[in-house]
Amino acid sequence: MAAIAPAKAIRSVTSLRKKVATPYFLLLPGLLWLLLFFVSPILTTLSMSTKTVKADSGSFDQTYVQNYHWANYWDFLVESRPQFIRSFLYAGLATILALAIAYPLAYAIAFKSGRWKNVLLVLVVAPYFCSFILRTMAWKQILSQDNFIFKALQSLHLVDSSVQLTSNAVAVVVGLAYNFLPFMTLPLYSSLERIDPRTLEASGDLYANGFTTFRKVTVPLSMPGVVAGTLLTFIPAAGDFVNTEILGNSNTTMIGSVIQAQFNETRNYPKASALSFILMITILVMVLTYVRKAGTEDLV
Amino acid sequence: MAQDFDHSIPPDLASLVSAPVSRRAILAGGAGIGAASLVGFNASAATSAHAAGTVRWGNWGYYIDLDEKTNKYPTLEDFTKKTGIKVVYKEAIDDNDSFTAKVTPQLRLKKDIGYDLVTPTEWMAARWINSGFTQKFDKKNIPNAKNLIDILAHRPFDPNRESSMPYAGILAGIAWNKKKLPKGISAMDQLFDKKYKGQRQILVLSEMRDTIGLIMMWQGVDIAGNFTEAQFMNAVDKFKQLLKDGYIGQVKGQSYAQDLQAGNVTAVIGWSGDISQLNIQVGSDQFGFAVPESGGTFSSDNFIIPSTSTNKAGAEKLINHYYDPAIAARLSAYINYVSPVKGAKEAMAKVNPKQVNNPLIFPTDAMWKKLHVFRGLTAAEQLKFSTAFQAATGK
Repeated sequence: MAAIAPAKAIRSVTSLRKKVATPYFLLLPGLLWLLLFFVSPILTTLSMSTKTVKADSGSFDQTYVQNYHWANYWDFLVESRPQFIRSFLYAGLATILALAIAYPLAYAIAFKSGRWKNVLLVLVVAPYFCSFILRTMAWKQILSQDNFIFKALQSLHLVDSSVQLTSNAVAVVVGLAYNFLPFMTLPLYSSLERIDPRTLEASGDLYANGFTTFRKVTVPLSMPGVVAGTLLTFIPAAGDFVNTEILGNSNTTMIGSVIQAQFNETRNYPKASALSFILMITILVMVLTYVRKAGTEDLV
Repeated sequence: MAQDFDHSIPPDLASLVSAPVSRRAILAGGAGIGAASLVGFNASAATSAHAAGTVRWGNWGYYIDLDEKTNKYPTLEDFTKKTGIKVVYKEAIDDNDSFTAKVTPQLRLKKDIGYDLVTPTEWMAARWINSGFTQKFDKKNIPNAKNLIDILAHRPFDPNRESSMPYAGILAGIAWNKKKLPKGISAMDQLFDKKYKGQRQILVLSEMRDTIGLIMMWQGVDIAGNFTEAQFMNAVDKFKQLLKDGYIGQVKGQSYAQDLQAGNVTAVIGWSGDISQLNIQVGSDQFGFAVPESGGTFSSDNFIIPSTSTNKAGAEKLINHYYDPAIAARLSAYINYVSPVKGAKEAMAKVNPKQVNNPLIFPTDAMWKKLHVFRGLTAAEQLKFSTAFQAATGK
């Protein structure tokens, strides 16, 4: 008897341990994925960001020396401050523009489209089956002096041939807003579509007019969509470099272009890595502050 | 497979992809959004298993003669007929840096990278040679090497052409839209004439060696010689001033030809091959090109044999094939870049008589005098110069 009892106890401990361990086993594939494709690149970037470039006049290729040069962060932040500010400004403006376009669009699809709902949703996404680069290049053509928009404005005497619609900040912001529009529209649509029509009827029963209903019922209930949409637009827009490369000029460069040029042209990997980290942390802080203010209930 | 894909896309889309973002444009490197990546060509598909009599060649996109009816490469077909060696041709390179980065780990481990022959740009070929990633040629297999034009025969990175041979030459100069500038331009002073100040109608390449090279020569500096850091920085200052004064409206890589075609800019510092292709595309002689009086830049893409090649002799025979003037003429007639082969001009008479006097394929003696190759930079210079240039363009 005495010999059996401890064995039983051991068995129950093992099974208890098994129970505790099971969820971790289930998490394993996901954790491995994160480790491989998120943690390890981040650590590589972090380690690169504190190196310095060693480029001798005697050699043909540069090397990177790890000397834990944390001053990289401050130096490069100061150097690239204008591009950082510009990135957040353009991304912010593009997000507002996208919201202004997407809200009425999503509203119309959710409430007014009837049997055309699915067709309209497909139409929102359809242009995005085409490559990101081609779509941006198309904007360059659309805004070019040889195109009908410019010609129409010209015949109305609103512009003359010295004016450029492309290669300026406006074109970059418009390009950003356009390219990330579905990321704004779809979350908005899904949260608007989920609104119970009876809440709108109840609002009417309480003598609210259409506008008041919209302001006091629809907008608050669609907030999760607004938060998700703005995040999904702002985050990639802030790091984007394609729009400014194709639609901008050398006074509209964003931080993405700097990182890209430092990686590919100058091959100053430490600078590119440090800037990437600064961008990542800045966005993280901004997003956390925003989400805290806006609330995350129903976000997922 | 790449070919099939190429021809399955609609012609207008194909032209959008192929011409404005042409081969040389992708060479601007950097942005990493080259045409080849747009249409999904990639190197990973390179065959690993291959017969003994096969040469695997990794080249840039849209950079070889193509028979659009049969979807075959006629000059390669001839090589196979003549030698019995099969060629697996891949449009593998869409950017010097990214292609090299992709194969470097295998080169270090001395494992087959899947190519017996690759054709990066000169400065990158130099880096491969310096890293020991190439093999020296057996000159017996390349008797036609004697046909190499003199200007490219003794480059400092490979003075006796022991490990590299040019595939095609690329010249940068000034180009303009004849609709906007019917008189044309022939000098940098005309390109940056006072009357264009503030109009932002000029676009320059984001390729440092070309744009700064042209400005340096304009300032009277020999870009092939031992210029100093101060002379280089002087040109960068001039470049900054031209941007600030609104002469230069844009600094672009791959998409510059599109801006010229769309009428967004009047004139550019650009590459000859792109301008030829633009003219072919619009079906008229709408765009002019000139090497400025002060000088233009000249560079080349180079055949090199990776250290891991499993068919060195076959690769050498293929290089030899493209140094046959008749073959070189057929290639140049199609790709419109400068032929590095002596005798190709004479051979062109049979291939396409119209192209014999095309100075963009066969520069005239007067043009050659104005063309200079940017000298090799040390690692220290490369970092310093490139940083200054990027900063001037706002990066």
